[in-house]
Amino acid sequence: MSATRVPYIPNTDDDRRAMLEAIGVASEEELFADIPSAGRVRGLDLPPALSELELVQQLGKLADFNRTPGQMPSFLGAGAYRHFIPSVVNHVISRSEFATAYTPYQAEISQGTLQAAFEFQSMVCELTGMDVANAGMYDGASALAEACLMATSITGRRRIALLSTVHPNWQEVVKTYAYGRGLAVDVITSEESALTEEHACLAVQQPNFFGYLEDVASLGDSIHETGALYIAAVDPISLGMFKPPSDYGADIVVAEGQSLGWAPNFGGPNVGLFACRQQFIRNMPGRIVGRTTDAQGRIGYVLTLQTREQHIRRENATSNICTSQQLVALAATVYLATLGKTGVRRVAELCYHKANYAAARISEIPGYSLPLQGFFFKEFLVRCPLPPSELNRRLLDEGIIGGLDVSDLIDNGMLFCVTEMNTREEIDHLVAALGSVNG
Amino acid sequence: MDNERMNDEQHTNIGATLTFDLSRPGRVGCSLPECDVPEAEIPPAELLRDDLRLPELSQPDVVRYFLALSRLNYSVDTGFYPLGSCTMKHNPKVHEDLARRPGFADIHPLQPPETVQGALAVMHNLQRCLAEITGMDAATLAPAAGAQGELTGILIIKAYLADAGQSHRRKILVPDSAHGTNPATAAMAGFEVVTVASDKDGDTDMQALQVALDDDVAAMMLTLPNTLGIFDRDILTIAEMLHAKGALLYGDGANLNAIVGRARFGDLGFDVVHLNLHKTFSTPHGGGGPGAGPVCVKAPLATYLPTPVIEQTDGGYRTLRPPHSIGKLQAFHGNFGVLLRAYAYLRSLGADGFREVSANAVLNANYVRERLRGAYQLPYGRCAMHEVIASASKQRAKGVRAWDVAKRLIDYGFHPPTVYFPLIVEEAMLIEPTETESKEALDAFCEALLAIAREVEETPEVVKSAPHDTPVGRLDEATAARRPVLRWQPRND
Repeated sequence: MSATRVPYIPNTDDDRRAMLEAIGVASEEELFADIPSAGRVRGLDLPPALSELELVQQLGKLADFNRTPGQMPSFLGAGAYRHFIPSVVNHVISRSEFATAYTPYQAEISQGTLQAAFEFQSMVCELTGMDVANAGMYDGASALAEACLMATSITGRRRIALLSTVHPNWQEVVKTYAYGRGLAVDVITSEESALTEEHACLAVQQPNFFGYLEDVASLGDSIHETGALYIAAVDPISLGMFKPPSDYGADIVVAEGQSLGWAPNFGGPNVGLFACRQQFIRNMPGRIVGRTTDAQGRIGYVLTLQTREQHIRRENATSNICTSQQLVALAATVYLATLGKTGVRRVAELCYHKANYAAARISEIPGYSLPLQGFFFKEFLVRCPLPPSELNRRLLDEGIIGGLDVSDLIDNGMLFCVTEMNTREEIDHLVAALGSVNG
Repeated sequence: MDNERMNDEQHTNIGATLTFDLSRPGRVGCSLPECDVPEAEIPPAELLRDDLRLPELSQPDVVRYFLALSRLNYSVDTGFYPLGSCTMKHNPKVHEDLARRPGFADIHPLQPPETVQGALAVMHNLQRCLAEITGMDAATLAPAAGAQGELTGILIIKAYLADAGQSHRRKILVPDSAHGTNPATAAMAGFEVVTVASDKDGDTDMQALQVALDDDVAAMMLTLPNTLGIFDRDILTIAEMLHAKGALLYGDGANLNAIVGRARFGDLGFDVVHLNLHKTFSTPHGGGGPGAGPVCVKAPLATYLPTPVIEQTDGGYRTLRPPHSIGKLQAFHGNFGVLLRAYAYLRSLGADGFREVSANAVLNANYVRERLRGAYQLPYGRCAMHEVIASASKQRAKGVRAWDVAKRLIDYGFHPPTVYFPLIVEEAMLIEPTETESKEALDAFCEALLAIAREVEETPEVVKSAPHDTPVGRLDEATAARRPVLRWQPRND
């Protein structure tokens, strides 16, 4: 045993002997006496233990095996985004006091986490214009699913409607959650008036999956006429520039918060933003932090409205969720505090101008066109002269990660994303490469 | 100097001032580049927002504010954190460095598979290792947390039963000792919850199970060891009874730390199990997430796993959608950053290392149990697994409750155990030391609990008014819930 000591286990052989003696057993095996012998394993088929040095070498090799958007221009978005992360963010979230604490059940020694969560809720309210927000959900897609479930419980209706331009993966997550509760999901287009009085909600993504702005104001009127709730799924960076969903009548707002100071991490972990109007506050899922005082009048923060939650209400809870993705939410909070009022707007404007520049340049290449009309934010759809999968292979040979192949939705369609991370040089490189593969 | 500063901070009410209050017009915390492309036409004003009321802070303002907040927290890196049922073990530091490598942190989930083979290899190997550790045939890494893992597992059971023409099975059995997520999950998956009592020894009451187990039962959700820290001795019989009735056995692996490397859910008769990687596999709890809740299943259920699962082919690793998949749970592949840390942990330990983990976790819990004997009531007269349930019921005679003992522990420099859970034990204190605490740490903690027991006899007011040395005292939760203040507002509004 001494040769394979685990550095995270402090007990020495002497400690163990003393403890076994205190307990009054001869060996640790006796402590496992309740496990039936038929259910015991003698060994597991796992790879051999690595020292810390070997671990760094082997996993480092795997990391280096991936090709990263930092090494070459990338134009992939579609729900996971590259935005600049100020150094401050990683320094703050690396503080052990934040990273290695847990859910703040003991408020007196968790004020750091609680106050940061209150900041997060406040900032989400400011961004979205909504009355209240919770402390965070798993990600944007599951936040949307929970918002749809919440709408069904508020309205007592059992059909969920999604606009067809909502991210296809998000649509799938809604359907998974709906299957559990036995709810129907209808995917409709904005042209047809398919919304009925059986629908609990209509969920709209703004900007939509293809990056374009929906006519959110007129959608709001038609949704509310049927008595359904208006759910808006938004890009938080876009809110630095565009109207907040409160202005167009949204009842519940969700968003993917990864854009706010958190690297893509191959798709997770993320944080879902979740906000709503005041009247729905007791129907909200998730952790909520409130401000209060102690006996001496000092202001402090606590988990509140817990009678909605699983540990109190069990099968009658609004959801089974019991995380707020707190560390990712903290990153978003530090990001928003660092960029602030002017910085978030600036990032949004940079995305907007660069994406428009890229779209205009690409549309000038013979064979390429922009099939959609209207304003877009940082993503846009391009119809390509050859299958996007083939195009992407050629771009990769040129050292470029291209856009997302959406040819299953639009003939030869590719969804490009351009953010403040993409320099003009990178965009021009992409345009040149697209032109040359066409020839 | 440092002590003085800390004392000053304790007398300053940090909670009274938020970033919004510190804001001064014109300050910025980060410089951004000029626009290097010609500016595009700006959309019409009716599409644009007028104002964005976020704070304006300089970089030093941001750093000092959040540093001050961090110092108000107690964490595993601060000290002993025996929060029962949460497995607050040490989080290896090398994992943080590995997870931040650009090759892992910066990759995009929709990149072509040939550019992310390293990441897919990590996921594939982790799937295989978790299936091996649990004795199952297949695994998904998609669920974002334990609770989402539960939902995944129950939806898989639902889909499996539907295909088997067993949709009439509307009930899920849940022991009364279960974590609240179990019944909440069953309800989210559209099932009716039937509670099954525990017996006086903390095992499932077999008679109650017999009564509850009818032809409408879809599955039983069982935590093993359970939340009392007890390994259900009838587990093999329970599995047989359920299977004989056509029902499935769902395992809540929240407490895997007690038995890892020694017993496997698959061998014990479970059909599905979820794991909490932030518990047994040491990923940091983050103040309340992110975690990850992989689900492992027996072969007949593999076709229902959520998408994606990672498959190894001759041409390398790729993502795959199982034929009868229940669908997606989050936008992408799962909490990769968490999965990576868990994989690093698994590679550091190996099979023998895991046996050391469970041996020391169980040893530590039983040692604490032994040391508390006499001072606190121990409601179950048998050996604990990874956590021990004690009760402050004796202390109630002096008007002191578990909550008060917990608060007094804070004054002694410890994070309190979980209190009032499980619900079936009066004045419950659920203590989970984990294997990463030394005998000295356990002794110090037990001495504190013994000292508090003496205080309860001699000066109960000291205990009832604790904590005394924290930045804020006990907070008024009733008012917080009755008149919720959930966001910053300008002071003169």
